[in-house]
Amino acid sequence: MSSNVKDRVIQIIAEQAVLEPSDVSMEQSLDDLGVDSMGLVEAIFSIEESFDISVPFNANEPEKSEFDISSVASVVAAVEKLVAEQSG
Amino acid sequence: MARVVITGAGTINPLGHSAAETFEAMREGKCGIGELDIRDVERLSIKLGGQVRDYDPDSRFNRQQQALYDRFTQFTLVAAEEAIAQSGLEFSGHFAGEAGVVLGTSGGGLNTQDENYRAVYEEGKNRVHPFIVPKLMNNAAASHVSMTFNLKGPSFTVATACASSNHAMGQAFWLIRMGVAKAMVTGGSESMLCFGGVKAWEGLRVMSKDACRPFSANRNGMVQGEGAGVFVFEEMDHAKARGADILAEVVGFSMTSDAADIVMPSQQGAARAISGALQDARISADKVGYINAHGTGTAANDKTECAAVSNVFGQHANEVMISSTKSMHGHLIGGTGAVELLACVMALRDGVIAPTIGYQEPDPECALDVVPNEAREAKVDYVLSNAFAFGGLNAVLALKRV
Repeated sequence: MSSNVKDRVIQIIAEQAVLEPSDVSMEQSLDDLGVDSMGLVEAIFSIEESFDISVPFNANEPEKSEFDISSVASVVAAVEKLVAEQSG
Repeated sequence: MARVVITGAGTINPLGHSAAETFEAMREGKCGIGELDIRDVERLSIKLGGQVRDYDPDSRFNRQQQALYDRFTQFTLVAAEEAIAQSGLEFSGHFAGEAGVVLGTSGGGLNTQDENYRAVYEEGKNRVHPFIVPKLMNNAAASHVSMTFNLKGPSFTVATACASSNHAMGQAFWLIRMGVAKAMVTGGSESMLCFGGVKAWEGLRVMSKDACRPFSANRNGMVQGEGAGVFVFEEMDHAKARGADILAEVVGFSMTSDAADIVMPSQQGAARAISGALQDARISADKVGYINAHGTGTAANDKTECAAVSNVFGQHANEVMISSTKSMHGHLIGGTGAVELLACVMALRDGVIAPTIGYQEPDPECALDVVPNEAREAKVDYVLSNAFAFGGLNAVLALKRV
């Protein structure tokens, strides 16, 4: 399950960054990958649709969000947590 | 070029059902924002809005009229009736052809669309009411104002998202200034607080779940409102000749395009519109005592707007008062500039500056005098009203005390 989440999240971020999933590494930030604020909002939408979860995220205060977007790894971790919390 | 004055004002919005009620609420710093009461609100993650409360369509319009008037049209007609009554104008004979109506709206008859998409998609109906098209079209409000009050001159609708009303009022100003019309009914209306309207905004993730706090460091987004503001703009000589009560003079207008980003605002585009309005009014920035800000309460708008004002106003930026009444009535999208122009009229005519309520923490990126939380008495000679739309389309009006 866990690696599926990771692969799918990377695929979603790669799509927004117009990169191959293999070119996305876990320690990179979305900024590094060239994903802007609109790309981020679209990525979150794709994540919600893919995993059937609701992501708490307000673009006005990204730093206050429980959804940590500081790196690819943090996004994967946050999605794993939400999937565990919201499944079933 | 003809000079242009305002001789009538009307509104229905979350703060009141008339201009007088709205002035009173703005003076008292009342908040018209609260829990949304709309169908399927439980399926929304944003449940907050500035709704027009205690409004009963049956008390204003008969069944046949309601079959043709979407909520945004109803709001427009209510506001127009008040504005035209105050102006004392009657549109008949030759004069009817010299008077028109130009209004702003972004979504038009969105409630009508929402209800009828439900009927055909959700409820599986294969038939809708015959008047859905004339009810939902964006120009329905302008056309019904034209028909109700016999306005036969230039009439149309402007849709530039959150700047629609300012663009509309700018066109009305120009039409009179250039001698194309003697009087124009102008302003805007919006009624987007339906399930589909709010759901679409949720997607952008820029909406607040608790309050609209423009310029406050802890602001966390916009809150949507609904309602209408309508004014009568009139050629100054025409108004004076008939002894009309003049509320304010419209002295400048400017519109610019950022040509940059579909949602992110540009400091330069905003600054060019502000300085353009000053130039058009032939005044220097230090003459301006008050700016009604676009002030949406989003992170991006408020800091960009403050930077633009600072850039144009220089040293005087520290003295000018700038407030966002969206903190009280929410963001009326295509109708917002019209309701906000009421705050400008109040500043010029009554010497009362509407506050930015909900202000809690200073933000170094918005370090201007935002008239926090309480209205202020001040005599001002010139005011500006800012509107900066999604799509990078900016429109700024300049008004003068008479």
